[in-house]
Amino acid sequence: MGIEIFPIISLAIFFLFFTGLLIWVFTTKKQYVDYMEKLPLEDDNEMTMSKSFSHKSMIN
Amino acid sequence: MTQQTERFYYDNKIVKLFAYATIFWGVVGMLVGLLVALQMYLPALNFNYEFTTFGRTRPLHTNAVIFAFVGNGIFTGVYYSLQRLLKTRMWSDKLSLINFWGWQLIIVSAAITLLAGFTTGKEYAELEWPIDIAITLIWVVFGWNMFATILNRRERHLYVAIWFYIGTFVTVAVLHVVNSFELPVSFMKSYSWYAGVQDALVQWWYGHNAVAFFLTTPYLGLMYYFLPKAAQRPVYSYKLSIIHFWALIFLYIWAGPHHLLYTSLPEWAQTLGVVFSVMLIAPSWGGMINGLLTLRGAWDKVRDSAVLKFFVVAVTAYGMATFEGPTLSLKSVNAISHYTDWTVGHVHIGALGWNGFLTFGMLYWLIPKIFNTKLYSEKLAGVHFWIGTLGILIYAVPLYFAGFTQYLMWQEFTPDGYLKYPNFLETVIEIVPMYVTRSIGGTLYLVGALMMVYNIIKTVKTGQLVENEAAEAPALATEYAPHKGEHWHRVIERRPVKLLVFSLIVILIGGAVEMVPTFLVKSNVPTIEAVKPYTPLELQGRDIYIKEGCYNCHSQMIRPFRHEVERYGDYSKSGEFVYDHPFQWGSKRTGPDLAREGSKKLRKSHSWHYNHMEDPTSMSPGSIMPAYPWLLEKDLDIESTPAKIRAMQTLGVPYADGYDQQAVDDLRKQAQEIADQLKTEGIEQADPNKEIIALIAYLQRLGTDVEKN
Repeated sequence: MGIEIFPIISLAIFFLFFTGLLIWVFTTKKQYVDYMEKLPLEDDNEMTMSKSFSHKSMIN
Repeated sequence: MTQQTERFYYDNKIVKLFAYATIFWGVVGMLVGLLVALQMYLPALNFNYEFTTFGRTRPLHTNAVIFAFVGNGIFTGVYYSLQRLLKTRMWSDKLSLINFWGWQLIIVSAAITLLAGFTTGKEYAELEWPIDIAITLIWVVFGWNMFATILNRRERHLYVAIWFYIGTFVTVAVLHVVNSFELPVSFMKSYSWYAGVQDALVQWWYGHNAVAFFLTTPYLGLMYYFLPKAAQRPVYSYKLSIIHFWALIFLYIWAGPHHLLYTSLPEWAQTLGVVFSVMLIAPSWGGMINGLLTLRGAWDKVRDSAVLKFFVVAVTAYGMATFEGPTLSLKSVNAISHYTDWTVGHVHIGALGWNGFLTFGMLYWLIPKIFNTKLYSEKLAGVHFWIGTLGILIYAVPLYFAGFTQYLMWQEFTPDGYLKYPNFLETVIEIVPMYVTRSIGGTLYLVGALMMVYNIIKTVKTGQLVENEAAEAPALATEYAPHKGEHWHRVIERRPVKLLVFSLIVILIGGAVEMVPTFLVKSNVPTIEAVKPYTPLELQGRDIYIKEGCYNCHSQMIRPFRHEVERYGDYSKSGEFVYDHPFQWGSKRTGPDLAREGSKKLRKSHSWHYNHMEDPTSMSPGSIMPAYPWLLEKDLDIESTPAKIRAMQTLGVPYADGYDQQAVDDLRKQAQEIADQLKTEGIEQADPNKEIIALIAYLQRLGTDVEKN
């Protein structure tokens, strides 16, 4: 019943998924990453955060 | 520029409620844990009372810790962090409260019904169908509130913690619904839709991913939020956290079959489970390293902060457990760990270390924040940390010893080729000192938790809850001028829904590849001509076996090892379980395997079982098995038989048409035969109407079909 195709499909999905993921992550802009990683800290008064970068400036 | 700042308020009241529930159920879950730990070497603590016997208290412990303690911990952290990461209040206070009270109601009903003996007999999914439906509804309420909040956010970008929350929501929903497919027979009694091997595959796909998506991914979300908060620095690598997320949800969903190594599950599915489990070490350790390196340059803070101490040990325990997990998935290692206390030690590194300590750290950090005060005693929190850490070690290390010791005894042969320890009980008595030590470790851990309760009560008294915490942020612009950036905007805007859909696709791939062939390809579950459906009395006996939670200590799966075949008879075949709704393979042998309990090799007399259930030590001196005297007193629910037969027919069990009408007569006849036999064996008071008769019928049936060949 054509079950042999399952392993091949699985391998293909697996390979494409991780290749895509790695390409996506390594081409992510540094600006985006810098912005994102500071998000949890934004409401901390004790932190002196750089607010100079907004999503606006990243997007355009 | 239309960036007008809006003023809004975070809902801290709901966070407080969930935090209190986390603490309360945590203490309850740990107390029951201590009771079950003591019951394992002091059978008197089962109190000869059905509601307090190990087979029922152990599921109560696991359910309380997973769904009540960690469940409320998830909601506490999500409701706190989601609002702040999205710069908005939860979408609906009403839904928040429904989520809270609904979840507590589910927990209370779970506690009552589990002790009352209502169970599906599937580990970590024991709750019966009405509660399953309630869980689904409340989970949807949680997801609805979360998504509505996300759509109403003031921060365009979703921080990685929220990805973990979304992944958790979607996957838990799928797991719960698929594994809970059951056919109700009556109110509070149902049969699993699947049988035997297929039921086992679905159950452990669920069981493993309950660990993955209830105990791990939401807590990773909490780690990615609260650890940077407490350390006051961003996560070490945000890119790594993205890889951590996608790799984890992609790989985890395939790993379930590693719970079924050397069982009757088709070999290819076992191998698939092993391969993916081994791969899981990469994202897991990536995540652990990411967590620990977040503290780079801030390790001096760890010395002074109990919160950070808890986080460091929690993340380390995550790393240890996720190293151990892939190791246990290797078949040669699994041969040792499966059915022994090694597994119990392993899960407690995760539960006590990872979940427990992350929760404690989060609570110590969060309670003073929302009460606008300082922690009552940093020193006491420090003592809690050390006593808890010591507790984990004293809990887990003896169980590793116990696991190895018992396995080595199980598999040892004399030079003449006989089992060196043919009496299973010998291998249990040997490890009782380790059970004692383990309960001391558990007690220390509980004492630590009680210190936290005191510390938090004192903290709360010095502060005042900021029910609605003011915050300001510009509104999210909803319209954009049609310039070249438009496409990019739209993609971002739609991201939460996309994330949900993509997570769903990713987790469905693994599930489908594993399950579709097992369900569709007949050759994966070869049928055995001699295997016939249970008689009505045996079916009722099986339901008593399930109700009393026998599967908590007895497996019904003989692995293809020389020592197991020597001890229990021929190894189990998948075709032997085709009428088992649900399967009862078990995952731990505190007592011997029962798959062939009725076979010529192992068969005991009816009176042996009768006496053994009344008082196990009368037949096995030194046994730690609880006594089941009520089985001799309680009348069998014969009335339910026709409905049960009809339900089985619906599930595909080939009883003849109209057999439900004849079933009660057949049941009475077989019960009378067993009672008569008991009388000839000296049990004068044997009564064919009692539950014990049905249980004996079932136990004596086990493993007999294949002997007819």
